[in-house]
Amino acid sequence: MADDNNRTNLPPLSLHIPEPKYRPGDAVDYSDVDIPKAGDQPRPDVNSDPAIMREMVYDMVRVLDDDYKSLGPWDPKLSDDMLLKMLKTMAQVRAFDDRLHRMQRQGKTSFYMKCTGEEATSVAAAMALHSDDMCFPSYRQQGILFVRGYPMVDMINQIFSNREDKLKGRQLPIMYCSREHGFFSISGNLATQYPQAVGWAMASAAKGDNRIAAAWCGEGSTAEGDFHSAMTFATVYNAPIIMNIVNNQWAISSFSGFAGAERTTFAARAAGYGIAGLRVDGNDPLAVYAATQWAAERARTNNGPTLIEHFTYRAEAHSTSDDPGAYRSAQEREEWPLGDPINRLMHHLIQREIWSKEQHEALDKECIEAVKIATKEAEKNGILGHGLHQPFETMFQDVFEEMPWHLKEQSEQANREREIKWPS
Amino acid sequence: MAVMNMIEAINSGLDNMMARDDNVVVMGEDVGYFGGVFRATAGLQEKHGKTRCFDTPISECGIIGVAVGMAAYGMRPVPEIQFADYIYPGLDQLVSEAARLRYRSAAEFTSAITVRSPFGGGIFGGQTHSQSPESMFTHVCGLKTVIPSTPYDAKGLLISAIEDNDPVMFFEPKRIYNGPFTGYYDKPVEPWSKFDVSQVPEDYYKIPLGKANIVRAGEAVTILTYGTMVHVANAVVEAHGVDAEVIDLRTLVPLDIETIEESVKKTGRCLIIHEATRTSGFGAELSALVQERCFYHLEAPIERVTGFDTPYPHSLEWAYFPGPVRIGEALDKIVGELTS
Repeated sequence: MADDNNRTNLPPLSLHIPEPKYRPGDAVDYSDVDIPKAGDQPRPDVNSDPAIMREMVYDMVRVLDDDYKSLGPWDPKLSDDMLLKMLKTMAQVRAFDDRLHRMQRQGKTSFYMKCTGEEATSVAAAMALHSDDMCFPSYRQQGILFVRGYPMVDMINQIFSNREDKLKGRQLPIMYCSREHGFFSISGNLATQYPQAVGWAMASAAKGDNRIAAAWCGEGSTAEGDFHSAMTFATVYNAPIIMNIVNNQWAISSFSGFAGAERTTFAARAAGYGIAGLRVDGNDPLAVYAATQWAAERARTNNGPTLIEHFTYRAEAHSTSDDPGAYRSAQEREEWPLGDPINRLMHHLIQREIWSKEQHEALDKECIEAVKIATKEAEKNGILGHGLHQPFETMFQDVFEEMPWHLKEQSEQANREREIKWPS
Repeated sequence: MAVMNMIEAINSGLDNMMARDDNVVVMGEDVGYFGGVFRATAGLQEKHGKTRCFDTPISECGIIGVAVGMAAYGMRPVPEIQFADYIYPGLDQLVSEAARLRYRSAAEFTSAITVRSPFGGGIFGGQTHSQSPESMFTHVCGLKTVIPSTPYDAKGLLISAIEDNDPVMFFEPKRIYNGPFTGYYDKPVEPWSKFDVSQVPEDYYKIPLGKANIVRAGEAVTILTYGTMVHVANAVVEAHGVDAEVIDLRTLVPLDIETIEESVKKTGRCLIIHEATRTSGFGAELSALVQERCFYHLEAPIERVTGFDTPYPHSLEWAYFPGPVRIGEALDKIVGELTS
């Protein structure tokens, strides 16, 4: 065979295993992270051929500069009302996360997941969508529900798996669902919602509707086959969809290098599929809004799908089940070169002279108070593990539309057991 | 000998095998530096190196497909799927590839992989962290399925699984990682260290695949079970004062049919217990086998106690779980007169 003999002088192969730059205790230096200047990125027409947008997948759309001024062609030039709503919603999400996380620690439920530091990627994105566009979230997009006015008390009822839980105590805490709010049922399995979102968008196009779909997944989940199937179908059918990758750098303990970040950006996945791709400063709420607005307009005008990478940082643990202190440097969060989305928007509003530090402190207090009230309200409906909140028959409902004989038998069995286990 | 819980025993088995055979590699989500979300691989990367124990992308299809390829090269990969509930994207690689590679290549290529995966409920994990999908795999020709119930068994069976030249599904009942669970969920859990089966040799040893364990000898009824339910069955048997013979199957495929047959022919009664859903569960296979082989010795209909045929619920976990009440009722029924 060709050149069999030429191999004798080659050194043996070696297997590359990615390794993050910083581990617990390491000093963090982000000076090598390329952060482009805010306002510098061109804004192509929404009907642009993805082929002329290729550089954008390596760039980063940024609107807010280091002095918290908004600039450049991507500045969405939002009204004061919109800006204030954005800030207040993000602050409310954070206050909610803090309190419900504490509730889990107090044993009131089994599980919780915060989105601290990533609020913009759901709040600003959802604000740029129409209220009836369909969202296919992953598990860290609670911000969408806040934007769409889903009551906090209903969220907490779900978290407590109590008698008012609209999902009947069936799902893990935070795996919300609300058809009315265009919020698809969260699976728990990763990236499964991606091809489903494309399918929804295809249906909307097939039916001549004008609603679009938006999906979210983490950078780690882009490794799943579902992600790539979704990209293929989205490009083949030119589906009206926005596919968001929330690149928060960490998938539990695995850094983004285990999803391919050592080689290229996640937005660059778009280029290979011929899909428009944008890479966005995910901690810049105005950039997130602008990119989503662009992609939404593109989708709604039948110009097809967009993949958006939101470059951000998971400021806290993956969930209540892990301790990031065991696998990454605590300094990463402090040094994160893109700051904090709430802090940045707050300063922007202050420099626009429509907001003040005092007002912000008052807002934080209001948000905490609002969650407290909602929590107390929800607690009246019970907390997990204290009492039986759902009638037994709910366990057997919704497996099928009509209950077959074997589930009826099993339901009777469960009720018989109830008399013994929990005598009334 | 050392005192180990099930996690430590599994860790020790992996460690022994990695030291003995440099073809053994451990891979999966979060298994490297972090040591696994349940700590089963803690310290292995540090000790054996990054190319022997490493993190993977979040792609179960990729994890299993890559393991099949590494095995085709001649290695012995031990991929971990973080929760059995997440295994389905890897199903094609298991069912169509790993399981049939030996057959379709006339044994030119084999898949000596051991897929470790925590499974089962009892931890308020909801529908995506609680499933018991073992019968999906026992239904596939070419896959072996192993389920340990103690630290001692977990290590010995895991080593046999890794040395086996065929693909093995190794399901770890996560509810009993730290101590045996009796099903009486309102009582405190006792740690493994209080039980003899936590005495685990630090060195290599094996428990053969396909050999069941009679954990309690008895005459009144044969109980066939595995995993967490071994401990629940034992507790209920004690509580009801029934002279049951409790058999921990340990391996579902290949199944120790001799031990089952001998026991049922002796007792004349058979109760099958598993946590998995009922319809097409492994209990159906066991029931058919016992009926085929022991019919003329049976003095009562075979009984099955299982999970209900619903997705695993969250808040109603203890109403769902096939615990002492459901098992007790079936025991009463099959043995007849009982003092409880």
